[in-house]
Amino acid sequence: MTIDIIINSHLWFAANTAEGSLSILEMVVIALIYLGIFSVAGLFLVLLERRVAAWFQLRVGPNRVGFQGLLQTMADALKLVSKELTGTSKADMFLYNLAPYFVIISSLMALAVLPFTNEFQAFDINIGIFFLIAISSIGVIGVLLGGWSSNNKFALIGAMRSGVQTISYELSVGLSLLTMILLTGTLQLSEIVDVQKDGWLIVQGHIPAIIAFMIFMISGTAETNRAPFDMVEAESELGAGFHTEYSGMKFAYFFLAEFINMFIIAAIAATVFFGAWLSPFGITESIPWLGVFWFLGKTLALVFLMMWFRWTFPRLRVDQLLTLEWKYLLPINLVNIVIMALMVWLNLIIRV
Amino acid sequence: MSYFSEIYNGIKTLLTGMSVTGKYFLNARKGVITQQYPDNRETLKMFDRFRGEVIMPHDDQNEHRCTGCQKCEIACPNGTIEIIWDRGIDEETGKKKKKIDQFVYHLSLCTMCGLCIDVCPTDAIEWGQNFENSVFDRTHLTRVLNKPGSKLAPGVED
Repeated sequence: MTIDIIINSHLWFAANTAEGSLSILEMVVIALIYLGIFSVAGLFLVLLERRVAAWFQLRVGPNRVGFQGLLQTMADALKLVSKELTGTSKADMFLYNLAPYFVIISSLMALAVLPFTNEFQAFDINIGIFFLIAISSIGVIGVLLGGWSSNNKFALIGAMRSGVQTISYELSVGLSLLTMILLTGTLQLSEIVDVQKDGWLIVQGHIPAIIAFMIFMISGTAETNRAPFDMVEAESELGAGFHTEYSGMKFAYFFLAEFINMFIIAAIAATVFFGAWLSPFGITESIPWLGVFWFLGKTLALVFLMMWFRWTFPRLRVDQLLTLEWKYLLPINLVNIVIMALMVWLNLIIRV
Repeated sequence: MSYFSEIYNGIKTLLTGMSVTGKYFLNARKGVITQQYPDNRETLKMFDRFRGEVIMPHDDQNEHRCTGCQKCEIACPNGTIEIIWDRGIDEETGKKKKKIDQFVYHLSLCTMCGLCIDVCPTDAIEWGQNFENSVFDRTHLTRVLNKPGSKLAPGVED
């Protein structure tokens, strides 16, 4: 459906506009389509989180608004739009207003390179993975700005913790993806998917790939500031952390960005480890548009895994967080890269 | 070597925790503990330990077990119970005897501490299971627990 729209719009623009304005207009339209789809998808992720959380805690969860509560988060978003935007009196107003846009834009930019199917990929650059790593760490600037400019000690502590956390875990995210890059030999996401036509990378790379996947999921959870690494907005200690002073739509941006970031981390994991839109054993190879289904299925399974983490594990202390990264994940990761390099060199890869 | 055993134990305990929550997740349909209140109003039954309000049970002959000893009134920390008592002629012995006229219970003052029920020597009052106590006028929360025309059940004071 969406693919058709994009392809048709591409043809329509090609037929009706001059060469120069063509690409810009097309980019704007595709950006708007992505914006629309993913702000709604983010809302449904919030709903999914709330229902899953309820099931983990033997509750029912929101089930009143619409069938099984499907419209609940829509109603919440409408409420947030209509709410007053409050702020502290001595806040640095320029930075305070800028911060939510940093967070939401950086998370939406990362969506552009994700390969949903063979054709449905907005921006297939040759440094795809590098772009994703870079973009996903820009979001923390928004968090730091928001915490700093709020003129609130809890917000400041939350933001500083976020800085510590992101700088530390950025390493593990990068190195665990680098382990897989050794297998693919390319950073371009479409080519990474092509390599996996001989078997998903987690199968091709077997033991080192599984270790890399575990490290990626742990550090990815930390990157998105979710429990058990949610010291940034530890409710019991810091109120709401860096977005304590935000209300209404600005708060909704932070909230939406958190869930889109979770989707992105899961989507990167699905792309790099589980073959993105490739179906298992190529069972639907003849119907390419089903790739969206496989991609979203894999991604949502990993999103569920992150929710499972959140509702199982207690929050780490700051020193435990840094111990985990610098004493465990980083050395394991470095050794893992060497093992993977040896495996590629000695050709111990499993290809189906 | 403790470095590697720590990693092993760490992963093992994390998986143990995840299996516990995973089992709860899979049984979420059957084991839901939330009550969807206004929908199941007819079938909803409160648990035995629930402290809704103080009630005075009456039997078929409109007889209660309250002797009017006022121990509950003394035990109550915030004046929730007021017993208006009277002296009447006992039919069997012909002697004058204390009996209750009105057992007044202010639900709006009650903290559900249960001291009155603990202290009652004849088990005349007990916990009711009613929880829908909202009214438009707080005077409705002042209740007379003994029904009009009721009297002490025979044999309570023996």
